[in-house]
Amino acid sequence: MSEKGQWAIETNGLIKAFGDQKAVAGISLAVPRGSVFGFLGPNGSGKTTTIRMLLGLAEATSGEIKLLDHAIPKELQIALPKVGALVEGPAFYPYMSGRNNLIRIDSADRFSDPSTRKARVDAALERVGLSNAAKKKVHAYSLGMKQRLGLANALLKPRELLILDEPTNGLDPQGTREVRNLIRSLAAEGITIFLSSHLLTEIEQLCDHVAVMSAGKILAQGSLAELRSHGQTRLILKVDKIDEAVDILKSEGIGKIKFSGKNMIAPVVEDLDVSKINEVLVKKKIKVSEIRLEHPSLEEYFVDLTGEGFEVVR
Amino acid sequence: MFTRRRTWAMLFAIAMIPILLAIAVYLSSDRLAPGEGPPFLDRVTQNGLFTGFTAMLLAIPLFLPLTISVVAGDTIAGEAGLGTLRYLLIAPVNRARLLIVKYLGTLVFTLAGTFTLMTAGAIIGAILFPVGPVTLLSGDVIQIPEALGRMALVALYTTVSMMGMLALGLFISTLTTIPVGAMTGVLIASGVSQILDNLPQLSWLHEWLFTHYWLDFADILRQPMELSSLGSNLLLQLGYVAVFGSLAYGRFTTKDILS
Repeated sequence: MSEKGQWAIETNGLIKAFGDQKAVAGISLAVPRGSVFGFLGPNGSGKTTTIRMLLGLAEATSGEIKLLDHAIPKELQIALPKVGALVEGPAFYPYMSGRNNLIRIDSADRFSDPSTRKARVDAALERVGLSNAAKKKVHAYSLGMKQRLGLANALLKPRELLILDEPTNGLDPQGTREVRNLIRSLAAEGITIFLSSHLLTEIEQLCDHVAVMSAGKILAQGSLAELRSHGQTRLILKVDKIDEAVDILKSEGIGKIKFSGKNMIAPVVEDLDVSKINEVLVKKKIKVSEIRLEHPSLEEYFVDLTGEGFEVVR
Repeated sequence: MFTRRRTWAMLFAIAMIPILLAIAVYLSSDRLAPGEGPPFLDRVTQNGLFTGFTAMLLAIPLFLPLTISVVAGDTIAGEAGLGTLRYLLIAPVNRARLLIVKYLGTLVFTLAGTFTLMTAGAIIGAILFPVGPVTLLSGDVIQIPEALGRMALVALYTTVSMMGMLALGLFISTLTTIPVGAMTGVLIASGVSQILDNLPQLSWLHEWLFTHYWLDFADILRQPMELSSLGSNLLLQLGYVAVFGSLAYGRFTTKDILS
């Protein structure tokens, strides 16, 4: 029995070109086993193309992929039974019930045990909260129900890796909360979770590692703590006598003050003593209407890295 | 496939061909002189067992290929259109295996279709018309059990006749994500093939067309059964299966699944 490698997913110089255009321009992912890994990027950045290559649906133009220590696509059939996935939305046969859909897909998998099939399907449905709706035909399902069924499909048998593309898409707040809890409990079981999402708050809540992708390249990759440390803590200040306040701040060692409307914004150290600044200002008879520290958020860092704007990059 | 309403609806429609034919003949007061009208139609009133053969003759040019092209066109394009193809492949299912399983499914449907047609024909023929020993095209008379056996052979022969078209359908299905498009492509192919088969200028092409031997099931109704065209048909169909099967394999195992 070989030792399990450190990485659940590993890519090396992965490139996918459609004609002249490189959708994925040489990326090297390293997803640690047992982590909850967030895959972030704006539309058109090449995330979904990357996921399709990981799962053997699309062929890489060049570069290497390893899924659970198995080379893809050579050992695809060995790796895939251990991987559950939800890619670009759920898809099912509308004329069959939810339960029968899962049975159908499980039957197609040569490696799954037929004798435990019904039990596993029922357990998966239970886990996503669809036990009551399981007998209804899928064409009658709402998007949220289809999304849950998609998650159940990913959980049909014990998996080592889950690749989830926007898993809370279309879910109401209750459903979103449940799915996030589900992800946490799965992570607690030691399953590696590769989460592709636009929702930065979701990534911040759930993930311990992150990769940020834009225009086919990975701009940043690492643990969440590492990435956050790149951000800048800021002091936000709103006072009546601005010029005097600027002098006082300078004497406290705070420079590079910018103005945004009535607010003064300055980069500071993470552990700044705000109450002391406040005391000094008030002693010099300056009225302080607002003073706070803003800690670096992933969102800022993300926007900094990928550029502001709603346009698809290419 | 057999859990779908659509499949049973098509089988029902196939069964209706001999049933409606028999009822129409039964209700019409005109009696056809022997040899008049479509082949076998004159014999139906004398012997109900001919209903199946007549119905098969009427169904083969268009209606049977129509239902079969629905099933063949749906094989890969249907899954791609629904989006379920990617989840099947991730399950995991080997791509070549998927092609084979899908092809065999269409073959089973075709077998079910042809047998449904012959069985429905036999039953409605037995209800509406007298049934007795059957006079073959060669003049010989055979008993009922043997006649039933030959009916089964006709169903089997027609299934073999369709094998090439099913492979063509499978291949076209790998080229698109719209099942109706694949179905239309196959149906047009069968139509064009039959038209070309009728042009004397292209007589050199005729024996290569996959529809060429379709109507030769009549050779089963001779004593002894003429096996030469049956043999040629089998070879031709296997040839089509090999060619289009390989094309489908080549295409499907290398293409990116973006659906």
